Amino acid sequence: MTTTYVDMRERQAGGYPGEGSALVRDEGRAMLGYESAPNRTNGAGRLAQGLGWFSVGLGLAELASPGTVARLIGVRDGSRTRIVVRSMGAREFATGLAILTGTRPTGWMWARVAGDAVNLALLGQAARSPRTDRTRVAAAAAAVLGVAALDVLSGRKLGQQSGTLARSAHLDAAITINRGPDEVYRFWRDLQNMPRFMEHLESVHATGERTSRWTAKPIAGVSLSWDAEIREDLPGERISWRSVGGDLEHWGSVRFTAAPGGRGTEVRLNAGYLPPGGVLGAALGSLLGTLTETKLSNDLRRLKQLIETGEVVQSDASVHTLPHPAQPSAGGEA
Amino acid sequence: MKAVCWEGKRTVRVEDVPDPRILNAQDAIVRVTSTAICGSDLHLYNGFVPSMAKGDILGHEFMGEVVEVGPGVRRLKVGDRVVVPFPIACGACWTCQQQMFSLCENTNPNAWMAEALWGHSTSGMFGYSHLTGGYAGGQAQYARVPFADVGPIKIDDGLPDEKVLFLSDILPTGYMGAEMCDIKPGQVVAVWGCGPVGQFAIASAYLLGAERVIAIDRFPYRLRMAREKAKAETINYEEVDSVRDVLWDMTAGRGPDACIDAVGLEAHGSPLMYAYDRTKQALMLESDRPLALREAIMACRNGGVVSVIGVYGGFIDKFPMGSLMNRSLTIRTGQTHVHRYLKPLLERIKNGEIDPSFVITHRLPLEEAPRGYEIFRKKEEDCEKVVLKAS
Ligand SMILES: NC(=O)c1ccc[n+]([C@@H]2O[C@H](COP(=O)([O-])OP(=O)(O)OC[C@H]3O[C@@H](n4cnc5c(N)ncnc54)[C@H](O)[C@@H]3O)[C@@H](O)[C@H]2O)c1
Ligand SMILES: [Zn+2]
Ligand SMILES: [Zn+2]
Repeated sequence: MTTTYVDMRERQAGGYPGEGSALVRDEGRAMLGYESAPNRTNGAGRLAQGLGWFSVGLGLAELASPGTVARLIGVRDGSRTRIVVRSMGAREFATGLAILTGTRPTGWMWARVAGDAVNLALLGQAARSPRTDRTRVAAAAAAVLGVAALDVLSGRKLGQQSGTLARSAHLDAAITINRGPDEVYRFWRDLQNMPRFMEHLESVHATGERTSRWTAKPIAGVSLSWDAEIREDLPGERISWRSVGGDLEHWGSVRFTAAPGGRGTEVRLNAGYLPPGGVLGAALGSLLGTLTETKLSNDLRRLKQLIETGEVVQSDASVHTLPHPAQPSAGGEA
Repeated sequence: MKAVCWEGKRTVRVEDVPDPRILNAQDAIVRVTSTAICGSDLHLYNGFVPSMAKGDILGHEFMGEVVEVGPGVRRLKVGDRVVVPFPIACGACWTCQQQMFSLCENTNPNAWMAEALWGHSTSGMFGYSHLTGGYAGGQAQYARVPFADVGPIKIDDGLPDEKVLFLSDILPTGYMGAEMCDIKPGQVVAVWGCGPVGQFAIASAYLLGAERVIAIDRFPYRLRMAREKAKAETINYEEVDSVRDVLWDMTAGRGPDACIDAVGLEAHGSPLMYAYDRTKQALMLESDRPLALREAIMACRNGGVVSVIGVYGGFIDKFPMGSLMNRSLTIRTGQTHVHRYLKPLLERIKNGEIDPSFVITHRLPLEEAPRGYEIFRKKEEDCEKVVLKAS
């Protein structure tokens, strides 16, 4: 959390975030009660997801064949053992699902940690019983311990992260594009191109040499617009902008540098969003909640596709906003 | 149109689905004439690949006639007869320019998913889960083919479908498997798996100069095909105590110069090791069963090459890293960069150097795909390769 303040101040010193102290704005955010969904696909999110699948798998196995699992981990099979293994399975399965689908994975991750402790305790009991195979129990305990360590790590990471996100939406993403910095810069500087690759934008129109009007795709029926001005424009190197009024406080900066080995251009984007208080707060909160670094790097991927191949590449599933099987759709939705 | 849809583990159904349409300017629509079931489809069928969805159209080995092209297509014309490579490649990114087409940077709209599992993404692929893009496959009457000027190869010589269909995947795959071995004249190559991919790996190893090729499997009819059609010496791993020891004897203690894994993540093996890996897989403590891979590493000669073309999805256990490191082995692997082999292999087919149709044992109408999957999975009716006739 401390790093967030430092970070924001640095950015301010750099000149591109909006006026006002970070502290005040963060308090505003806190008053809105805004808590961002965790970013599923950065390091911690990925780890959480992997553990989620692990839980689902282990849970299913424990539910379906408690006897086999018991024998496998070296615990004497019997009706009592089976009940215990089944209940471990139910817990494991439920936490797994919650981690994968849940809106509050941080809490659930810690449920997993607690669950691991239960597992270890049960294994400990089994190890003391004279009729169990101690080496197997030890092996199973080692496996659970390993997972427990990951759980702790992941729970911590997610915790830190939602702390950061609850105070500001600061996102970074980078990609390498197989064209020179000038070409990539020119594509971006034509701001009307932005909605072609930035999923949350409906339109961006230039209103002057350095000013533009931005409109986001409506969320829950609420459409947000704001004006922005370019603060820095170094052809072939860097563009930075910030909002100058409207529904949303937003700033961003994109840098273009020649990649080593003739690999084209390294594009580094960072963006910040901050909702004001008031009526629009909730809608804005959900807008920010959907803006994750994964989304941002998917935006950059679309930029790359546009520049390298001339279009955004679609699959039968990707043309739909909701999950859809890999088969053609009946029409209208392309 | 009719299409083979994945409905869940070990369930495929031929269903009526909407016809494909042009979604990108560089798309073509192909009326599929022939399509095949691949060992990779079995991994999906058996539920070992995550991110499959009910209703996904399967199939990545297909050919047919172009019936429609998007406004951005220059080279292909309506009426062209084409074979379509299974990886989808843009031709414009750096990786495509390096000829590593199965790693195209632009064709997987779900790259973020693959990045979560693998660190970085592959290209998009037809009919091969949402992890590789969520593209409808070619086991259907029609298929949409993105980047139509980059992938499909025109076949204009009246060569029958059966001689060229396997350019879409398994012939280049077997060939790349052998090419990665860097075969020098006089060398000995061992191939695990006598499925269609293994058969083409054997044949390609000879084409690239191997002196002896030794093939390993457990199905007598597949070993017979390897001996009679692909000219390999064979080992039935169920009839010997240790494949490594037999290979030791056959090479007088050197071990094969190169070992090819054409088996992948659903390997079988000695009852004990099989039980070990199958259990770990069931508990999701590992996703893949690397029995053949372990054996290939242990058997390979010092300083040799292990070429892995069998597919792995996630994580494996008891990987003999010590053997690999201490004995200076090289591992090479990949989803096949099919595009780069199309022309040279079509030439070899035209010259009569290879006729890939020898692996076909079953020709079924598309409607019978469910039966095709079952007999191919169970290796019944001496099934080696199933070709589906889509129209
Ligand atoms: N790299 C690629 O791009 C690519 C392309 C196509 C297929 N593949 C993969 O190649 C593999 C083979 O495909 P296929 O169509 O030939 O499948 P297949 O199922 O017909 O053949 C696999 C063969 O391996 C044998 N086998 C199993 N365990 C073995 C062991 N321990 N030792 C020796 N043999 C063993 C089986 O008996 C079977 O005959 C699959 O994993 C498939 O996914 C990879
Ligand atoms: Zn295949
Ligand atoms: Zn590409």
